[in-house]
Amino acid sequence: MAKLTIDDVEIDVPDGITVLQACELAGVEIPRFCYHERLSVAGNCRMCLVEVAPGPPKPAASCALPVGDGMTVKTNSPMVKKAREGVMEFLLINHPLDCPICDQGGECDLQDQAMAFGGGNSRYDENKRAVRDKELGPLVKTQMTRCIHCTRCIRFATEVAGVEELGATGRGETMEVGTYVEKALTSELSANIIDLCPVGALTSKPYAFVARPWELTKTETIDVMDAVGSNIRVDARGSEVLRVLPVINEDINEEWISDKTRYACDGLKRQRLDTPYVRRNGSLEAASWDEAFAAIADNLKRKDGSKVAAIAGDLVDCESVMALTDLMEGLDSPHTDCRQDGAKLDATVRSSYIFNSTIAGIEEADACLLIGTNPRVEAALVNARIRKRWLRGGFSVGVVGPNSDLTYPYDYLGAGGQTLNELADGSHKFCETLKNAERPMVILGQGALARADGAKVLSAARKIAENCGLVVDGWNGFNVLHTVAGRVGALDIGFVPGPDGRDVAGILDGVEAGDIETVYLLGADEIDTRKLEKAFVIYQGHHGDVGAHCAEVILPGAAYTEKNATYVNTEGRVQRAWRAVFPPGEAREDWTIIRALSGVLDKTLRYDDLAGVRRRMALQNAVFEIVGELRPSDWDKFGELGTADGDAFVSPVSNFYMTDTISRASETMAACTKSLVQSVEEKTGTNG
Amino acid sequence: MTAHSQQPDDFAFDDAYGAEAQKIIARYPEGRQASAVMPLLDLAQRQHGGWLPTAAMNHVADVLEMPAIRVYEVASFYTMYNLEPVGENFVQVCTTTPCALRGCEAILDACREELGIDVGETTSDNKFTLQEVECLGACVNAPMMQIGDDYYEDLDADSTKAVLKALRNGEAPEPGPQSDRKGSEPAGGLTTLTDSAAGAGG
Repeated sequence: MAKLTIDDVEIDVPDGITVLQACELAGVEIPRFCYHERLSVAGNCRMCLVEVAPGPPKPAASCALPVGDGMTVKTNSPMVKKAREGVMEFLLINHPLDCPICDQGGECDLQDQAMAFGGGNSRYDENKRAVRDKELGPLVKTQMTRCIHCTRCIRFATEVAGVEELGATGRGETMEVGTYVEKALTSELSANIIDLCPVGALTSKPYAFVARPWELTKTETIDVMDAVGSNIRVDARGSEVLRVLPVINEDINEEWISDKTRYACDGLKRQRLDTPYVRRNGSLEAASWDEAFAAIADNLKRKDGSKVAAIAGDLVDCESVMALTDLMEGLDSPHTDCRQDGAKLDATVRSSYIFNSTIAGIEEADACLLIGTNPRVEAALVNARIRKRWLRGGFSVGVVGPNSDLTYPYDYLGAGGQTLNELADGSHKFCETLKNAERPMVILGQGALARADGAKVLSAARKIAENCGLVVDGWNGFNVLHTVAGRVGALDIGFVPGPDGRDVAGILDGVEAGDIETVYLLGADEIDTRKLEKAFVIYQGHHGDVGAHCAEVILPGAAYTEKNATYVNTEGRVQRAWRAVFPPGEAREDWTIIRALSGVLDKTLRYDDLAGVRRRMALQNAVFEIVGELRPSDWDKFGELGTADGDAFVSPVSNFYMTDTISRASETMAACTKSLVQSVEEKTGTNG
Repeated sequence: MTAHSQQPDDFAFDDAYGAEAQKIIARYPEGRQASAVMPLLDLAQRQHGGWLPTAAMNHVADVLEMPAIRVYEVASFYTMYNLEPVGENFVQVCTTTPCALRGCEAILDACREELGIDVGETTSDNKFTLQEVECLGACVNAPMMQIGDDYYEDLDADSTKAVLKALRNGEAPEPGPQSDRKGSEPAGGLTTLTDSAAGAGG
């Protein structure tokens, strides 16, 4: 501990922190532009100057100055005031005063700090310099004349995102931040530089000139674009979601979100189902809720439960899965499944399908084995954590599966089942790495589980975990990385085949064989709908994607920004999403639709408010009693003994930007696909 | 900076420069090869006729296994890397204080007159590029200019033109002082130790 006197107040602070951090602990605000707690220290903006004694009789940059015992820091002396005004005057020499036409206006660090700490005038009469704007792709809009060279974006790209593409070229008056050779940033986290930029140099391209911050209604909620469960803030005006920003959650997304999380929201405005539809004479026609329910009741009348099946999709919330579970039970159907991709996940042992180490726990691991996953596209923030851990050193990564650029180096062990078998029987040399590690972990992807031998892959992974000491007291290094937001919650509720029930493949085959006559798709669009032609398909969801096209009846539901709902992320963390806007038109919150339908079918569910469904969920599985926190899950036997076949593991995500009905409907994601995914495929082998 | 015209699509070190590059890289410990970026950029610039196209910077990045942007940053920071094409003879006239006191303006004017171009331009026959630069560290022989690797010192308008004429004719004018003094000896001849030594106690 070091004892400091900050503005005449004594405070004890930990050794090794900086004066700026000490001031924050003391509750004193220090203005800054280049300093950011999650990036390396640059010390180039000079805005954080303070007066420090003992030391030279001049202001010192507090962000780069380690604390020393007995230091006296003044943050409000005449020297500091003058220094801040001087720095601000210098920063504004070349910064255009175009706040009225700048998208950063109202949430601009430079604007705020100029008001709070600036001198209010400038002695600079010469022309300001102008800088050519850079083209950084479809997400980040640039106005480089506004750049104050804090280099936060460069440090973010280099350190956090792991794509060294941004830099400062030229020097002095001609220094410019950019990529030098014009190119779009190839990171799944690229748009975080917009939040980091303290001025309006980097702003959001899709959101350009759309709204001012004070016009927006801000709702903190949960993202569903992947299974990470990033905490987000949805900014809406009226009924329209205009943008999505990250909310800090140290355990999950820290301060970042992926580009899909941020920008798929324009997909919420397109291809929406806003009224019920009923197929009449071969074509879907708009109908009333009563007509839609009547059509379903007519179909299900006196039908045996064994001829009815239900599939839950990738974006489903737990409330609606709970209601559908109860409805299917009322109908006496055991044919329910939430694993559209056919992943051989075992719903009976919770530790077999969640990310037991936790995302934050990655930072404690010292060896990691990735099996059948490309975390960079499947869960960009999990990948960022792995990279963060790797940067600290003493961390070895092995990969079985796709051999792609993960932004950190790894040992490529093999492509598929054969290598996995060697790891499972202990003959592979990477087993030693795992055994010698203090906190080894394995991350098992859906690409390894969603295949015929998935259960054997699962048991092979369990063998690795047990043989190499991944599961010990206080540490569980067995992790399943999910790619979709609805999966873990649905498994927790137990939306899997009941006794003699069919899984997704069985349901599809059953339809073709005529054994299954009615299929309820709860937002399920990632299945081969051609196999559903013979069935009476009820589609409940928010987008007119493939599932809706094959339906006889469409029930319009709410998207994740439009309902108060529960999601469970890949760690098994239960989180609540909050409604930011109302669903469009006749669309309703999903569980209420099922509740209403149950009444029409005379199978009325026993709850009729949100608290009631949530009590029912907690009864079904105690994990729903605790929100936000994690409890360790018991280790048990799971999987099916045997050897995995030799086929290569393939990541389920081929295009990061389009993975679900919302991102497929998004124009911004289409632009990203065009400029980043397709162009790379065309240009493979070139650089620059 | 935007893409330049005349950018070649490809660049690679030839055998001689490649061997030289490997020698330089070997000076640095394993994993610290990026330290060789500046000498390698210099080699690339020499091989490519005095300027660095983007392809050459990319090649250096590949050779050193470092991100291309880090090479762009270095190359654009130092003024001795030319990112635009230059003529065969890259004429850099020093205009910093000592040379200015010794009449560099006249030297610059002589260059302009002789070459028919202004500062920053290249002659149409691509033989000369004229550049104004900061101190080249030869103040004792001011005014001076650097052409390629050679310093031409103690210039006046006539000797400047003579050097440029000789280069245009494909000759190799002698570098160093263009006056009659040797090195940086005093201009009017030696001034000290010219007397014979006096006897002890004399």
